[in-house]
Parts: sequence; C-alpha cells; structure tokens
Amino acid sequence: MLEIKDLSVSYGAVRALRSVSFEAQPGSITAVLGANGAGKTTLLRTISGLVRPRTGSVHFNGEELLGRRVETIARQGVAHVPEGRGIIEELTVEENLRLATLWCLKRRERQTAIEEILELFPRLMGFRHRHASTLSGGERQMLVLGRALISRPRLLLLDEPSLGLAPLVTAQLMGLLRDHATGTDVTVVLVEQNARSALSVSQHAVVLNLGEVVVSSSAAEVAADEGLRHHYLGF
Amino acid sequence: MSLFFNYTLNGISNGMIYSALALALVLIFRATKIINFAQGAAGMMTTFIASSLLAHGVSYWWAFVLVLAIGFAFGAMTERILIRPLQGKSELNPVIVTIGLLVVLEGVAGAIYGNASRGFPAAYSQSGLTFGHSRIAFSHFDVFILVAVLVLMIAILILFRATTLGLRMRASAFAGEISRLLGVRVGILLTLGWGLAGIAGSLTGLLVAPTSSFGPYYMDLVLVYAFTGAVIGGLESPVGALIGGLVTGLCISYVGGYLGSGLEPMGALVLLMVALMARPEGLFSRPAARRV
Amino acid sequence: MLRHLLFATFGAGIMYLVTSNISLFDNYQVGQIASFVVVLAGLSLLTGVNGQISLGHGAFMAVGAYTTALLMTHTQWNFILELLSAVGAAGVAGLLIGIPATRLKGPYLAGMTLLFALALPPIADKWPNTFGGDQGLTMTTPNAPGTLSPQEWLAWIQIGGALIVLVLLANLLHSRYGRTLRAVRDDEIAASLAGINVARTKVLAFVISAGCAGLAGAFLGLSTGVVNTGAFPLTLSIQLLAAMVLGGTGSLIGMVWGGILLVYLPQWSTSLSGHFNLGSGVSAYLATIIFGAVLIVAMIAAPNGIQGGLRWAWRRLPGSGSGVGGSGSSAAPGAPTPVLTDE
Repeated sequence: MLEIKDLSVSYGAVRALRSVSFEAQPGSITAVLGANGAGKTTLLRTISGLVRPRTGSVHFNGEELLGRRVETIARQGVAHVPEGRGIIEELTVEENLRLATLWCLKRRERQTAIEEILELFPRLMGFRHRHASTLSGGERQMLVLGRALISRPRLLLLDEPSLGLAPLVTAQLMGLLRDHATGTDVTVVLVEQNARSALSVSQHAVVLNLGEVVVSSSAAEVAADEGLRHHYLGF
Repeated sequence: MSLFFNYTLNGISNGMIYSALALALVLIFRATKIINFAQGAAGMMTTFIASSLLAHGVSYWWAFVLVLAIGFAFGAMTERILIRPLQGKSELNPVIVTIGLLVVLEGVAGAIYGNASRGFPAAYSQSGLTFGHSRIAFSHFDVFILVAVLVLMIAILILFRATTLGLRMRASAFAGEISRLLGVRVGILLTLGWGLAGIAGSLTGLLVAPTSSFGPYYMDLVLVYAFTGAVIGGLESPVGALIGGLVTGLCISYVGGYLGSGLEPMGALVLLMVALMARPEGLFSRPAARRV
Repeated sequence: MLRHLLFATFGAGIMYLVTSNISLFDNYQVGQIASFVVVLAGLSLLTGVNGQISLGHGAFMAVGAYTTALLMTHTQWNFILELLSAVGAAGVAGLLIGIPATRLKGPYLAGMTLLFALALPPIADKWPNTFGGDQGLTMTTPNAPGTLSPQEWLAWIQIGGALIVLVLLANLLHSRYGRTLRAVRDDEIAASLAGINVARTKVLAFVISAGCAGLAGAFLGLSTGVVNTGAFPLTLSIQLLAAMVLGGTGSLIGMVWGGILLVYLPQWSTSLSGHFNLGSGVSAYLATIIFGAVLIVAMIAAPNGIQGGLRWAWRRLPGSGSGVGGSGSSAAPGAPTPVLTDE
C-alpha cells in the first residue's frame, strides 16, 4: 500500500504541491487527475525520488521512500514511466527492455522475461533490434510500459501514458493496464489528463487542483459527480 | 609520389594517436556534455610518472600497465572531486575547471621536472621498416601504435556492445534520469567513464612522448588535434573518434609535409572551422533523433 | 555617459598623483596593469556580458602587438594610428574567429579558440624575416613631452588608453547594445524572437573584445620594447581567463583586480617560493599553478570573483545602499552573471 501524507513541494517561490495526502491500494488503479499545472507530474517525481519535498512522507508497504536515492527507490520495486520521452532512443528495443532487468533478474532469466514482454506487445517483436528512435508514438508507449512491467514492479507510476495516442490505442493500453493491475498485487498510480478513459479503468481517483487535493474517493463517485467533472476534469 | 606515400603513413600513425585521445574526449562528452581540456595534460602527467618509474629501474611494460591504471584512477578522481560539484551549473563552469586543471598539471609537471624536453623510450625501434631495398616512413613503433590504439578501441567497443556494464554505461550517458528510474547507479558509471577516458589519455601520452619534445606542454597540440578529430567524428561514438582522428592526422601530415610544420596547427584550425561550419554537431553524428 | 567621464577624469587624477610619486619600475608595472585591464575588460564583455568564452585572447594580443611593431618597422605613421591599427587588425582576426563562433556552444567555442591560441605563434616563427624570429621586432614609444620620464610617459599612455576603453565599454554596456548583448547571453531564442540579430550581435562582441586585446598587445609590446612569439603562449590566454574570472566575470571595474593579479602574482609567488626555499624550478611555475587552482576553486566555490565578493560585502555593511557608487555599478551588470552561476 502507498501512503502519502502531508506532502508539500516548492520550486523556488512556486508551490507545486500543498499538503497532499492519499492512499493507493495494491491490486487496484488509482487515477490522479487534474488540469495542466495541477501538480500531477510533480507528485510522481516526488514519489520516485527525483524531486525533494519540503515536508511530508511517502510510505510504501510501511517503508519511508523519501530521502532515498532514485535508483534505490527503483530497486525497491517502484517503476516510474515518465511523461513523453521515456524511452532511450539511442538503444535498441531489446536493450531498453534488458536495461530494466539488470538489477532484478538473474542472467538466465533476462532473455525469458524479454520474450514474455515482446509476446505481450507483438508489434514490438519485429523491431527488437531496431533503435528505439525509429518507433512510432504508440510503439514507444508500449515499449515504456513493457519496460516498466518487466521488472515486475510492486508500485507502478504512469505519467500520461495516453498522451499523443490514437483513441483505439489508448483503449487497448488501458485495458491491458486494468488486466495487469487486477491480476496481481501491484499498486498502480495513473496520472492522466484524459480523465474519462482513466476513470474507466481505475478503482480510486484523486483530483488535484493547483497542488491541492480537491477530492479523493472511488472512481465511480468521481465519474458520477457532474460538478466535479465540469470544474476540474473538463468532460 | 613517394613523398605523398610517406606523408600518408605518417598521417595514419599520428591519426591513430589523435583517435585514442579523441576517444577519451568522446567518452566523457557524450556522458556529461563536457570537453575535458585537461585530458592531454593528464596523459602528460602520467607519462612523467612513467618516466620516473623507468628511471627507478621498473621495466617498460610494468610501467606501461601501472601508468594506465594511474590514468584510470586520476580520471575517476577528477570526476568525483572537480566535476561532480558542478552538476546543474552553467556549461561554461566545467570548461573553465578543466582548463584550470590543465594549467595546474602543466605547472606541477614543470615545477617537478623542469621545462627542458627530455627523452622517453619507445617500446620498439623507431627506424622505418624496409621492404626489399626501400625504407618506408613507418617503423615498428608505428605498428605498435596502430595495434595498441586498435586494441583499445576494440576493447571499448566490446565493453559497450557485448556487456551489461556497457549497456548501463551507454544508457546512463544518453539518458541519465531515465536510467536512474530503471535502477541504474548512474553516478558510479559516470566515474567509470572518466576512468576509461583516463586510460585512453595515458596511452596517448605514452605513445606520443617518444616522437615529440617530451616536456610539460607536449600534449597541448595533441589535445587540440584530438578535439578536432572528435568534432569531425561527431563527439558521440568511438568509431567516429577513430575516423575523425585519422582524417585529422592525415590532413595535418599533408599540411606539415607540403607547407611546413609551422602551419600544422593553423591547418587544424581551418579543418576544425570547416567541420564546425559544415555541421556543428559533427560530420559523422546521426541526424537529431525524431521526437514525438 | 557624463558619470563615466567624471569617473574616468577622477581616475586619471588619482593615477597622475600615483605615477608621479612612485619609482620608475612601479610606473612600468602600473602601465602593465593598465594594459591588462584593456584586454580583460574586452574579455569580460565577451564572456560575462555576452556569454561567449575565449581561450585565445593571448593570440589576439599577439595580432595587435605584431601589427603595431610591423608598422613601426616599415612606416612612419602617426603613433595613435599605429595603435588604432592594432585594434583594427585584432578586430579582423576576431571577425574571422567570431563568425564560426556564432554557431557554437561553450565547449566547442572553447576548443576552437584554444586551437587558435596554439596555431598563431608558429606562424610568426614560420616567416622569421618578416616577424623577426626569436629576436622579435622592436617597439619604441614616442619621445616623452616636457620633463616626463619615458617610463612615466608610457604609463600615462597605457593608463589613458585603459580609461578610454573603460569609458567606451561602460557606455556601450549602458546603451541599447548592452541590453542586446545580455539578452543574447540569457536566451538566444528569446532574443531572436524579440527581433535581435543574434549572429551579428555575437560577432560584434567578438570583434570588440578582440580589438581590446589587440590594443593591450600593442601596449605590452611597448612596455617590453620588443615583440616575439614567446610572449604569447597558451598560458597567457588561460591566465587572462583566470584573471577575468577572479576580477568578476561581466564586471569592468573588477578587471583592475585582474590586472593587478596578472602583474603581481608572479612576483609574489617568486618571493614566496624564495621564502620557502622552493628553488627556481618551482618559482617559475608557482604563479601558473596558483592561477589554475584559483580558477578551479572559483568555479566550484565563488563564481562572482573579487568584485562580486566586494559587492556582496558592501551590501552587508551597515548603512550602505545597494550599489558600490559610481564606479562599480557603472560597469557591472546588476545581477550576478548567469553564465557562471546556477541557472
């Protein structure tokens, strides 16, 4: 379980997060929603150690994550898929995948794990030795998702996975996420501007506005609240 | 014609040396976007250490290996002590720091060993090879230079292409933040990269010393020639460094041969300016990656 | 404009009192300091205000020095004209280097100017009949007027030149063009969107800066009376950079500190190594080592230099305003230069 308490982050004089608290349960997807600049990306970057908060705590399965190094947090089973350019373009598809297995899998297990992921995303199978820079937007998103899943994370942080994708691809991606989350005990935090599709796959939803939590409740309730949708989610 | 042939051989031999130092510059640049202007001076310093070891009766090959190890340690220490604190500052700061290190090393070497150029032994004979009754401008030592630099290049390529350590190093060089998110300990790999560059720098120092006036400043021109080669090669791949170094070596050899050695640096400057004007990112670099 | 002139007149008055009350050798050194202030001010404008680095200013000085020396050897031109030719020739060299420089980022530019610094001196060695070879060319200062000693007269020429350069550059920095230079340094894309011709601005900065270096080269040649290739090694270019950083990158008045260091640090280090019996081998290099070490420490610990440190201290004095009075604020851009500090 991910427990975030009283988290505040400032960039200079700008306060990006103000006293944010919520919990995310294993085996479920928690959607973090809100407009541009609401603090969603900062929230994920703080959890994975890229941003140091002013105050607050981030506990995962009882352990404090704050103050640890980014790579240490990753090695505790936290997979963060950053927004946009999450792939390493200079490496091949297979190298991108292998890189994520280095700390967690034994030498023999790595190739099997790579094959499993490629089977999960058959489109990538033919491109395995190509430079990742040659992939299309959707293929890139598959690759970063596959790379996040290959380390069998216990906490999966996804930043705008649907950004720039065709609706059909987004739907596929969300379906895959839902299957993955509910089939295992992984905790998923899904940051999205596309609130409609995010709510359709998540169990819990947190709505941020100007760095503050407006609502934290079940996804169904948020989806049903017309005022909330209208004010903060734009649909 | 035979002059041209000999200039070409000379250019290849020198070009291989520039390639080795260009490789050192590339290893550091692609990971940290820093040109280590002290790389040549570091090689000068370790070669002086080798000269001291030889004077104390250590055999050439032991000194050779020891000095490469010292070069590694010095490169790694430079990154940890001088470069790491500059993270997140303007790109001019590391330039100035490595320049500062350059003059400190040259000053220290001058203070300890004096300004007069001294001899440094070559591993093999420096007289030209003979074929039949004609002697060419390529010696056993030139063959050794060729082999040593190629071995270094191939070792680095194998490290990068065929090992997981190399995969980690490439990943952290190209995308530090993403690599950290994937559990890669980027910090230690950057240090390792500076260490490898230190090995290449030390090797260069040892290879240049026998054929130049070995003193505190003998690596200055080698460094700028290597920089020219690295820029021509695109500053991001070992193969580019090899090609760029050879191109530079050949051009300088022809300029020196036909126009006089005093014009060699000016020739290199013209070459560098042409290369930079033609393509600031380097002639052999890939086009900017497609962004989505 | 008026303020800068007043300041310069004030400076000239002080210098008159100083030069007429010190020994001839000190006059020689004060003149050298003034010469270094000229090149450092130009370098400060280039690096601090416009954001371009140069490791080749020693070579621009060589261009200026040789130009004046050649004119003195072969023509009977007016002295002022000979000095202006040094500015012009170095400016042309600056143009040649500055044009490719417009497309280059810091490390590339540093490498290119470094190569320039190394490539120029061998040219003079290549044609010893023209450039005098190891002996070099002689340079003579015109006869001193009245009862002035030649040393005082030369120091006056150099100080006068330095004051003129400082006033011109200070006015330049306060003009529209100064803002343009800073805008290009801070953000090239934003500057070009604002209608600034970025390439032309950068080239012009290089030309002005190289011109200053040319004048300084001619001044130093007058001091030593001879110009040879040994006078402009790579270490000179790097010591200039170090002195500029120490004086406070982007400041003009801070360059006086830089000039003082360039002239006196070698002497101090010689007497220091004599004091500790370090031997002549060490003393010859001690100044170089100190310059390099100080460059490193300054970049890591104190990026604003001596002038920046003084400004900092001044602001913390009780009862003082925000400025340093006419001198400091006239020359230095108000904020610390982003070029050399955190962004």
